[in-house]
Amino acid sequence: MAKLENSLKNMVLSLTVITVVVGALLGYVASVTEEPIAKAAEAKQQSAIVSVVPVEGAVVGEAQNVTTENGKPAVVFPVTKDGKLVGTAVQAVSKNGFGGDIVVMFGFDPEGVIMGYSVLDCSNETPGLGAKMPDWFQKGAKGDVIGKNPAKNNITVSKDGGEVDAITAATISSRAFCDAIAQAYGVLPKNAPEAETSATKQAEAVADSVSECVNEVAAK
Amino acid sequence: MEYIILIITAIFVNNIVLAQFLGICPFLGVSKKVDTAGWMGMAVLFVMLIATLVTYPIYYGILVPYNLKFMQTIVYILVIAALVQTVEIILKKTMPALYSALGVFLPLITTNCTILGVAINVINFEYNLGQSTVYAIATALGFTLAMVLFAGIREQTAITKTPKGMDGTPIALLTAGLLAMAFMGFSGVDKGLSAALGL
Amino acid sequence: MSKLGIIINGIIKENPTFVLLLGMCPTLGTTSSAINGMSMGLATMAVLICSNFVISCVKGLIPDKVHIPCYIVIIAGFVTVVQLLIKAYAPAVDETLGLFIPLIVVNCIVLGRAESFAAKNGPLDSACDGIGIGLGFTLALTLLGLCRELLGAGTAFNQPVYPEQFGALTFVLAPGAFITLAYLSALFNKFIKK
Repeated sequence: MAKLENSLKNMVLSLTVITVVVGALLGYVASVTEEPIAKAAEAKQQSAIVSVVPVEGAVVGEAQNVTTENGKPAVVFPVTKDGKLVGTAVQAVSKNGFGGDIVVMFGFDPEGVIMGYSVLDCSNETPGLGAKMPDWFQKGAKGDVIGKNPAKNNITVSKDGGEVDAITAATISSRAFCDAIAQAYGVLPKNAPEAETSATKQAEAVADSVSECVNEVAAK
Repeated sequence: MEYIILIITAIFVNNIVLAQFLGICPFLGVSKKVDTAGWMGMAVLFVMLIATLVTYPIYYGILVPYNLKFMQTIVYILVIAALVQTVEIILKKTMPALYSALGVFLPLITTNCTILGVAINVINFEYNLGQSTVYAIATALGFTLAMVLFAGIREQTAITKTPKGMDGTPIALLTAGLLAMAFMGFSGVDKGLSAALGL
Repeated sequence: MSKLGIIINGIIKENPTFVLLLGMCPTLGTTSSAINGMSMGLATMAVLICSNFVISCVKGLIPDKVHIPCYIVIIAGFVTVVQLLIKAYAPAVDETLGLFIPLIVVNCIVLGRAESFAAKNGPLDSACDGIGIGLGFTLALTLLGLCRELLGAGTAFNQPVYPEQFGALTFVLAPGAFITLAYLSALFNKFIKK
């Protein structure tokens, strides 16, 4: 095939045609994949909710968008069975991850006891260290937080005087995880008044290391 | 204060070359002499700043309102390519001295993934325009720092005898590995600083 | 050259990672495990095959002076297609590879093959070259990922091989990428590239 000559018209024309064709193709692919992408994100969230509130036959209620103490968006999902509240799933963000935000979904039973958690995003943590987060704090693992109640237990890493064993060589990521618990617990609906105070105490303990929210809490 | 942390993070803690592996091609290719490495860094600084300042309004002004987010990659790479060409022409006409220093590196920069990477990152990190500008400058400075340090070491390894199989790229990569290990010492500095400054 | 010859050429004689030393950023950035390396390699291969094929088909319609921008648009188009498909059907892969998927656009391998092969050969040969180079890249990335995973975390393709405590974590982190690649390419130099 002979090459087209380098006239301005040819150059502009060919570049425009290619861009338009590619653009149209992309528009098509984007419209086709839009639904699966949204579905994938939703499926991930739904499976996270089911795994953190492990009650058989439970129904996930309508999501509520709230803002946690650190100014980050959080989502609260009430989980009911036969019309009775069996747990609440809270998706919260901690700003204090090693390389940025971490996003964790927590399940609390009606008393505020942690039933489970599922890490949705810890991609900024160091692989092999902070990125162990999804397994480290599970039931039976070293840093087990399941069954603890932020109102009664001191959920901070042991270095800060708390009850949680930090991930080996990843104290910052572990503190961020505890911070995420505090953030999630803080927006748990219907907190009894006494739970509220201990939550504040909790926040203060975390704040020793995290120090940002402390000013706000103290101001209250 | 927030900006200081942003700068320190981008230069040392998350160094674009040694921690994020962007811009490895120029890092390995243009690092035989400290001089050239430094000028390459300056050229990147120049283009990265302009590219970020141009692509940022395009993304929020055109792509988001018209629901064309999927065109991001295409638009960005075309804008960057066009920008590099324009900068080259303008420099040639108006600042021949600067052009003779940076000129040879400019065409290389189009395919330098740091530029596209930073332009996409400021969107992913949801930075505002001020943060984006500071981030772009600091990242480029981090790139320059890594380049110059690396070139300094390579000038030494060039006159050292190495095993035959290690000659050339392998020894350079090994050096880069040790340098990356040194930079790992900075990890956590940003968190410590933000705690110390009470942020 | 036969089609098979073109493919084998891409895997060994012109291996993009060890011989041509192209596309270093994803090579180092995405190989913290064998699986990650392999997904990156396959994503790049998909783009490479499509872009090589299409560029070879349309090369006669593009005036010389604008051929690079045109190629880049075509490549960027396929990269976005791959990115959207991964997001839709393999969201976990999207999370691990992250920024490196859109950055396939500036991967010198893709534009390099378009220039040096697709612009001179027929569509089918070009697609074969895409397969060959893509496979070479995938194999190199998988090997690198495997070494790092094995030395760093004591696993191979996520299967435990020896207790994690004995692994040298450095290999999973940034320095390990450089060091492992250094030794692998030194070995490649010594034994394969005569």
